[in-house]
Amino acid sequence: MMIINLLGLGLIALIIWWFWLYKAQEIKMEDNELLITVENGVYSPSRIKLPVGTSIELTFLRKDPSPCAEMLLIPELQISESLPLNKVKRIPLPALKPGDYAFHCQMQMYKGQISAA
Amino acid sequence: MKPSEQKTQEIFIDGAGCASCVGKIESALKQVSGVTSAEMNFAQRVVTVAGNASGDALISAVENAGYHGKLNTAENEDNSLAEKEAADWAYYKKLLRDMTIALALGIPLMIYGLVVGEMSVNTSGERIGWLLVGIATLAVMIFSGKHFYIGAWSSLKNHSANMDTLIALGTGTAWLYSMIVVFLPHLVPEMARHVYFEATAMIIGLINLGLALELKARGRTSEAIKRLIGLQAKTARVIRDGKERDIPIENVQIDDHVRVRPGEKIPVDGLVIEGHTAIDESMLTGEPMPVEKSEGDSVSAGTINKSGSIIFAATRVGKDTALAQIINMVKRAQNSKPPIGRLADVISGYFVPVIMIIAVSSALAWLNFGPDPAIAFAIVSATSVLIIACPCALGLATPMSVMVGVGKAAEAGVLIRNGEALQTASKITAMVLDKTGTITLGSPKVTDIVITSDMDETTILKYAATLEAGSEHPLALAIVESAKEKGVENGTLTNFSAIAGHGVEANIEGKRVLFGNEKLMKEQKIALGDHVETAQLLAAEAKTPMYFAVDNQLAAIIAVADPIKSDSIAAIQRLQHNGIRVVMLTGDNRATAKAVAEKVGISDFFAEVLPEDKSKKIQELQMAGEIVGMTGDGINDAPALALANVGFAIGTGTDVAIESADITLMRGSLHGIADAIAVSKATLRNIKQNLFGAFIYNVAGVPFAAGVLYPVFGVLLSPVIAGAAMAFSSLTVVSNANRLRLFKAQEH
Repeated sequence: MMIINLLGLGLIALIIWWFWLYKAQEIKMEDNELLITVENGVYSPSRIKLPVGTSIELTFLRKDPSPCAEMLLIPELQISESLPLNKVKRIPLPALKPGDYAFHCQMQMYKGQISAA
Repeated sequence: MKPSEQKTQEIFIDGAGCASCVGKIESALKQVSGVTSAEMNFAQRVVTVAGNASGDALISAVENAGYHGKLNTAENEDNSLAEKEAADWAYYKKLLRDMTIALALGIPLMIYGLVVGEMSVNTSGERIGWLLVGIATLAVMIFSGKHFYIGAWSSLKNHSANMDTLIALGTGTAWLYSMIVVFLPHLVPEMARHVYFEATAMIIGLINLGLALELKARGRTSEAIKRLIGLQAKTARVIRDGKERDIPIENVQIDDHVRVRPGEKIPVDGLVIEGHTAIDESMLTGEPMPVEKSEGDSVSAGTINKSGSIIFAATRVGKDTALAQIINMVKRAQNSKPPIGRLADVISGYFVPVIMIIAVSSALAWLNFGPDPAIAFAIVSATSVLIIACPCALGLATPMSVMVGVGKAAEAGVLIRNGEALQTASKITAMVLDKTGTITLGSPKVTDIVITSDMDETTILKYAATLEAGSEHPLALAIVESAKEKGVENGTLTNFSAIAGHGVEANIEGKRVLFGNEKLMKEQKIALGDHVETAQLLAAEAKTPMYFAVDNQLAAIIAVADPIKSDSIAAIQRLQHNGIRVVMLTGDNRATAKAVAEKVGISDFFAEVLPEDKSKKIQELQMAGEIVGMTGDGINDAPALALANVGFAIGTGTDVAIESADITLMRGSLHGIADAIAVSKATLRNIKQNLFGAFIYNVAGVPFAAGVLYPVFGVLLSPVIAGAAMAFSSLTVVSNANRLRLFKAQEH
């Protein structure tokens, strides 16, 4: 029983580390040439590094037919756009101040982050 | 080729795996007749093609070059709406098909379990039988539940978790445990040798059913925006080089002359240059009566020409039309969230991993403290916890209601800028109304010219009109209009200066002329004598008297009256009945203000308020603890509108500055304010119901699934029931939001 309990606690620790503590690698974006696909419940890439003070366009391609994937919100930038299915949608961003900007679907099941640095 | 026939099209390329494909695709497209340039962005897999080639020709060129291409027509909202509906319909059918297959296995298995009461593995015959069922369940998982497992795996790789993760883990655990029972029964205590294949199949079937029904219900929440988009005409009949022809609406240029016949939609915004007609603007303004239009009047895209044939010159096309701006604003507002939804957002962000931790903890608790067979209880409780938890209900609670509420308001000619404005509007305790143009029509007429000198009326009117010719103030327009009607021509003026909140002064034909209120006369030391009483009498009749002085002597009092809108009294009463304190602000003199306030039933009014002091009045009300709404024309009242908790811009028809305030009332009636507040209150109530339901569902459901009731009542939730509850929790939220569609905003 001790082993099972330890395995269970290890699993809980793994969940905490995997979903909250681990920071995925950021993809650096210097100009407008990056395509973010929305497929199978995720944005890919989901962590994007952008330069500070430059207006840039994020380009999304939604391949996921689930209605959950339709809306893209960037609350800090007051952006909410619908992503058409199987079409490219460009979303211009204002020049960013240093910081992190989350982007996600309406229910926050699809999540990504922009880091301006 | 005319510039108007040049167009830019975007093609999304599938199958371009290497940068060398770029040249091949570009050159294939450049060979298509009519293409002037083709440039591919490899990273985005998009080619931008300029020219007049048809989309079909471009796609076939891409296909011939060995790639798959799709026209990217996201700019064309109408097409995109049709495409969205087609895509949703295809997805809906897929979900129903997946559901049918999963339930076709799940229901007989569940009936078998209920009738026979045994789903255990004890004999070799049972092992073979259940192995076949396990394989069939695996087929269902692959065929009907593939999207859950792929989504869960993608999320997991991405260090995120979503609803798919919970479903995949729940159903996967149930299936895996059952297969262990089948293949390695000796690892499991004899009492716990149950299989849960029916749970896996039923959960997949029920969740697919829930998603399908939710998709349908979601479609209904966006009916308002669909209706607005549907107002857009597809073609316009333009007159170019003396010839009339129908062209796609996107090719209409500014200054094009457009003919619209009776019964047709106005395709773009413009000014009538020929003809006379009545136009139905109700779809944009909520105003049911058609509006008469003749030369010089503006017409708006999406409205319907009811009677005569007109020709108008296009002034705003494409995304600049009032209709396009309305659609844009409604869309943005529908997707914004009021602050009330923020807590749900924070919870959603942590929800899934927390549920996973609860599932593991619950399994450990059963294994440590549960009765025999503990392993079976642990598996059932962990599966039920994973399956019953529904982050979607929480996430959908706010946006679905906002979507319907904002759409409902738009149908009544009320444009709400964002979720925050929607929430604050529901809490307004004091409404400040500007008098001119808000309570009154804003188109005053000269009613009296009381001459107090030896000058004649024509000269007085000439000087007054000359002074006011450059002003856009409604009172000034009344003077200019009156002079025009009487055929009086303007003189020439020099040294003109406007004294804010007081009046104007200038030199006309060598004479120093002053025109304004009592304050101006007193400041300039003009003797008014008994004429103040005359002015007061005029003001008591709700007229606005203005003093007119020439060479430091009072020459006349000109009174202007601005009729009160026919429904202002009823609308103000409606606000007051709803417990809102109504306050009137005006730059007009006290007596006129009092007369108007008394007529419309307002006891709280402030007269002779300078434009910059309007903000101070708002601040004073806020300091007194009021949540203040301010209604004005959106241009002159901009600072006060910005300072108020909610600014309402009121307009007449589609000329109103749409983006100038938190809430824009497309028709001039004050009922729009009451409608906006009513719809905000109804939406907030709906959001609260949804949030309460979603919170309670999860707060009660998860512990129940974990088995907290078992020690007392001996009840443990079946994973199948958990699956059904989860599938229908989101549907309940969306359906409750849809109830808002029945709300009647115009209660008058």
